[in-house]
Amino acid sequence: MSIEVRNLVKRFGSFVALKNVDLEVRSGELLALLGPSGSGKTTLLRVIAGLEVADSGQVLFEGEDATQQHVRERRVGFVFQHYALFRNMTIFENVAFGLRVRPKPQRPSDADIRRRVQDLLKLVQLDWLAERHPHQLSGGQRQRVALARALAVEPKVLLLDEPFGALDAKVRKELRAWLRRLHDEIHITSVFVTHDQEEALEVADRVVVMNEGRIEQIGTPDEVYEQPASPFVYEFLGKVNLFHGRLHQGRARIGGIEIDAPDHSEAEEQPAVAYVRPHDIHVDRVIHDGGALAAHVFHILSVGPIVRLELTRDDGDAQDLIEVEITKERFRELQLAQGDQVYIKPFRLDLFPQSVEEPVH
Amino acid sequence: MRALRQHSVLPGFNLALGFTLLYLSLIVLIPLSAAFIRTSALTWPEFWDAVTTPRVLASYRLTFGASFAAAVVNAIFGLLVAWVLVRYRFPGKKLVDALVDLPFALPTAVAGIALTALYAGNGWIGQFFEPIGVKIAFTPIGVFIALTFIGLPFVVRTVQPVLEDLEPELEEAAATLGANRLQTFSRVILPVLLPALMTGFALAFARAIGEYGSVIFIAGNMPMISEITPLLIITKLEQYDYAGATALAVVMLVISFLMLLIINVLQWWSRRRTSAI
Repeated sequence: MSIEVRNLVKRFGSFVALKNVDLEVRSGELLALLGPSGSGKTTLLRVIAGLEVADSGQVLFEGEDATQQHVRERRVGFVFQHYALFRNMTIFENVAFGLRVRPKPQRPSDADIRRRVQDLLKLVQLDWLAERHPHQLSGGQRQRVALARALAVEPKVLLLDEPFGALDAKVRKELRAWLRRLHDEIHITSVFVTHDQEEALEVADRVVVMNEGRIEQIGTPDEVYEQPASPFVYEFLGKVNLFHGRLHQGRARIGGIEIDAPDHSEAEEQPAVAYVRPHDIHVDRVIHDGGALAAHVFHILSVGPIVRLELTRDDGDAQDLIEVEITKERFRELQLAQGDQVYIKPFRLDLFPQSVEEPVH
Repeated sequence: MRALRQHSVLPGFNLALGFTLLYLSLIVLIPLSAAFIRTSALTWPEFWDAVTTPRVLASYRLTFGASFAAAVVNAIFGLLVAWVLVRYRFPGKKLVDALVDLPFALPTAVAGIALTALYAGNGWIGQFFEPIGVKIAFTPIGVFIALTFIGLPFVVRTVQPVLEDLEPELEEAAATLGANRLQTFSRVILPVLLPALMTGFALAFARAIGEYGSVIFIAGNMPMISEITPLLIITKLEQYDYAGATALAVVMLVISFLMLLIINVLQWWSRRRTSAI
């Protein structure tokens, strides 16, 4: 079941949570809505579910307009960050709830309900807890019950609002791997909201990066990480260093380095910012051809296979640390120590021109 | 004593328990037992005669009947008030919140006089009911209104904190699962609120049974019709019939205790059944 969102606008008082959002969720995919808090991702999810009503725009399920449909009729499975399990009911009754509240003609028989609930509890590997109450379960178990409860009504789509947000780091990791496997098994169109980029990149088929009520980029995890469409996406997904420089007739100049920038051939002395990932910087003790930036080693973090260096540029602000990641072998080769003079050169970067009156930050 | 004691980081279990028992004895048990001791001046047949005259029986019916009805009404509308105070924002909400406690603070005689003035045949509200043949002041209805007035805060204040703990997501979850409003209320919200609601009900009920000040003004105190048991007790005291007064007090005490006990058992049962944390 595909979902389509057209030109959605949602305001809360004077705050605009969604600014003309268009989105298409393909049938059977697992889509992540990723963004900082206040970016509108949860609002978008809640509008799709029918828990919020948009000021304008449309929501379509499988091409059919569902904008005016009540949440009861949309048949969406919704999983809340804080589980929202019914504490007065056993786990079994929680999962059975959606079946029991159906009008008599559509309601399955007691035996059918029993069988279906047992099957779902087996699917989430919690059939042995059927007679317990929610407060007797751990956070991870509760969230799996919430998922089983949402699936019990055979929803057309599954919507998850920060499903792992309330869990501790270890359970979180286990559960998201488990969600991925579960999705591969049942293939229900799913949208989940998260502010954790690692979670989004690891679990989702496609990632939607949102910021200030707008969609910044949609793409596979590889695409959004390797080819960020905007400075925001660059900074939001992973660590990044900023180098200020100038663009002039297809060449970029940053400090003592000149780099080809064929995309910007018509630029005339335009200020620009280069975005460079920490692992895309070459570090050496001597200058090679093409120039390099002089820097000093400020701090070394050498735990694990990757060594992280924090450098200060000799020609820049001492507060502005550059983060570089190199392999352990390279680190041994260079025999670096704190305070050493080094020369660095980005070997992969993205340039974003900057108009003078409107800085990126 | 050892066996009852659980290890705890806070010291002083023995001291605290001892103090609790002493305190309850001084404040509650000894005064109450005095009522029993006083009553024992009567022989059993004398006692039975004193507490079962038709006038006394009529007063029991009014006191317990009106108190029960008032507590039921308070349970329903107190829940509504608590709901509005917790779930909605509106200008003057703090003021409304403070108003709820007013029946607690107001001297009961003041409440009684104010209610009487309002509901009397020529009062602000009473004048609308008089033409259609409904008399409120100086009838059992007046008693019921006074008891409703003084019992409201109990339900609101016991339900409010539980309601604040009840996440709106529960209702949203029920809606996404296809439940209609009635199903959401009866299956999801009410079971969680029920223990608190019953506590509020019990408190309002108990308070209403013992209420004197606000009722005597509006009741009119006509024997057999609008006379409450506490008033009968006062009447007997004024006639220096101390044994007779305490006999009535003992009956009220026993009935109240039994009712509160039943409510507590029901509450315990509903708490276990719904297993609220």
